[in-house]
Amino acid sequence: MKKEKKMTLTLPAEELMACGHLACQGCGATLAMRYMLKALGQKTALCIPACCWAVIDGPYPYSSLDVPIYHCAFETAASTATGVKAGLEMTGDSETTVVAWAGDGGTFDIGLQALSGAAERNEDIIYVCYDNEAYMNTGIQRSSATPYGAWTTTTPVKHFKTRPKKDIVAIMAAHRIPYIATASISHPEDFVKKMRKAKDIKGTRFFHVYAPCPTGWKSRPEDTVKLARMAVQNAYFPLCEIEDGDKVTLNLKLKDKKPVNDYIRIQGRFRHLTEAQVASIQAEVDARWERLLKNCAV
Amino acid sequence: MKKVMMGNHALSYGAMLSRSQVIAAYPITPQTQVVELLSEMCADGTLDARFIKVESEHSAMAACIGASVAGARAFTATSSQGLALMHEMLHWAAGGRHPIVMGNINRSMAPGWSIWTDQNDSLSERDTGWMQYYCASNQEVLDTVIQAFKVSERLMIPGMVILDAFALSHTYEVVDVPDQAAVDKYLPPFKPAIRLTPSDPRAFGGLTGAEHYMELRYKLQKDMEKAPALIEETGREFEKIFGRNLGLVDAYRCDDADFVFVTSGTAGFTARVVVDEFRKSGLKAGNLRIKVFRPFPFAKVREVLKKVKKAAVVDRNCSYGAHGIFYQEVKSALYGEAGMPPVFGYIAGLGGRDITTDSFKEVAAHALAKDKADEEIVWIGVKK
Repeated sequence: MKKEKKMTLTLPAEELMACGHLACQGCGATLAMRYMLKALGQKTALCIPACCWAVIDGPYPYSSLDVPIYHCAFETAASTATGVKAGLEMTGDSETTVVAWAGDGGTFDIGLQALSGAAERNEDIIYVCYDNEAYMNTGIQRSSATPYGAWTTTTPVKHFKTRPKKDIVAIMAAHRIPYIATASISHPEDFVKKMRKAKDIKGTRFFHVYAPCPTGWKSRPEDTVKLARMAVQNAYFPLCEIEDGDKVTLNLKLKDKKPVNDYIRIQGRFRHLTEAQVASIQAEVDARWERLLKNCAV
Repeated sequence: MKKVMMGNHALSYGAMLSRSQVIAAYPITPQTQVVELLSEMCADGTLDARFIKVESEHSAMAACIGASVAGARAFTATSSQGLALMHEMLHWAAGGRHPIVMGNINRSMAPGWSIWTDQNDSLSERDTGWMQYYCASNQEVLDTVIQAFKVSERLMIPGMVILDAFALSHTYEVVDVPDQAAVDKYLPPFKPAIRLTPSDPRAFGGLTGAEHYMELRYKLQKDMEKAPALIEETGREFEKIFGRNLGLVDAYRCDDADFVFVTSGTAGFTARVVVDEFRKSGLKAGNLRIKVFRPFPFAKVREVLKKVKKAAVVDRNCSYGAHGIFYQEVKSALYGEAGMPPVFGYIAGLGGRDITTDSFKEVAAHALAKDKADEEIVWIGVKK
């Protein structure tokens, strides 16, 4: 008898996120949550500050997730999660994984102090920043995660953002926490694998997740995964891990690094950029990529 | 066991005897000894608690909120600027119904930088939904922390135990430290009906529309209205075990008094020296010390003051553009009731300026010379 080919699932089948949530079409942040929960399982508690996910989950008294959520103040994801972890431990639960789940505004800007404090103390939490590169929940205002060249409602085309995006991964690496990873919704196997690895590490673990936002990026909803993949393949958002602050591992080597132009040109937020400006973005991406390769070699 | 201790350490002992499980705090003068002693207690195992050394008061309260929703008894302490930085999280703790207990050392708000006492820091938080207890002795501080946890956890409303900077925080007094076993009997472990746990996954504090929000706040007010009776009930229960009553107000020689000083915090004890002097010279004076400010003990204040001829409220605070805050509250308690005395308002002792027996004599001289309060505020001891 011919042996039947059995399909192997590369992601856990368990779904801890239900449909009926309130995200926009093509939301990258919802995929990020779904993959994270597949990796961590039901024994997870979330602290979610003001961000798109404060709304996506659903209004009181509903929730689209099968894990407990504490909706916390904007700048307190890390400190609230610290308290939750301590409270659970003191009441006999040392198993539950406590996750601070915040957007880029709540991480790069208003929540940075609490995040830095928690990281310096090496609190036993996973902090996930899903990065859609602006304050999308309030209607697309620039954050310090907004990249060079992007239009937002507070960086209009005439005065688009001319400063580079803050390097949050380098900031977190400087805290010498046990684990940092970048992840993308375009590479769920890599995402889940790293999240599972993080689950078994004690101390502060930081994830920087790339989560395209059609509403804010002026891109097509069906291009969300494509955009995320392009950003990985052109080294705009490389996939890597940093252990103990300096052991850098590249998760996806790029034999054929793509140019950034195609990625830039399918997003309305970059529509105004001249060829020279796109070339300067390419130069910046190349320089960052070289630095990353050099750090991996060390 | 009797011990000589500073007011700050009375807070620490109160938190220890209450078996606080999570403490998150940030240092600020004049609160530091509270958390120094607690961190030693956690380090040497005297107290089985997790001490989180946060990077700000804002994070201290956020961490306490997280711990509380996870089902742990949480304590913190702060003062002045630290309390102001926590402001957002104070609303969060009360609105989320997290029964955290916090010590606050009354210190004046900057600028100019001041580490000395007045009440504008805590009174600026009066509308956050926290219960506020203003203490007048180190014994009362320790006892009130234990009682506050009991009341807070019953109502799921946080409580703030308040003491004057230096006048109490750094003053050493003899304190009767209760037995742990007796405290355990009085204050059972914190077991909230609902908590943050994967075995019962719920979303806390999500987006709340106009069809639900108002009911949540209505319930907060309704539960706050239960607090005066509960404070008295738990105060009597405390007296049965420990021999000391913890009430809403502390009335001294008010029963037959014609003239009463209304005070809060340590200033009340200074007033009592003057009351005794006045009594010797034939003036029937008294002192009503308001201990619990939120919920405001309207009925108690009316009950005491309806029998007196004049009341003088001495405020160590000012609501700029209005007047002394206790004065406002006392007037609103008496307004519309028949047979209530005229109430005179005084502001004294801001920024740590001493409120002395002479200050109270000046207050009495002014109030006794008048038939009605024709000035909204009279400043005592101010260089004009």
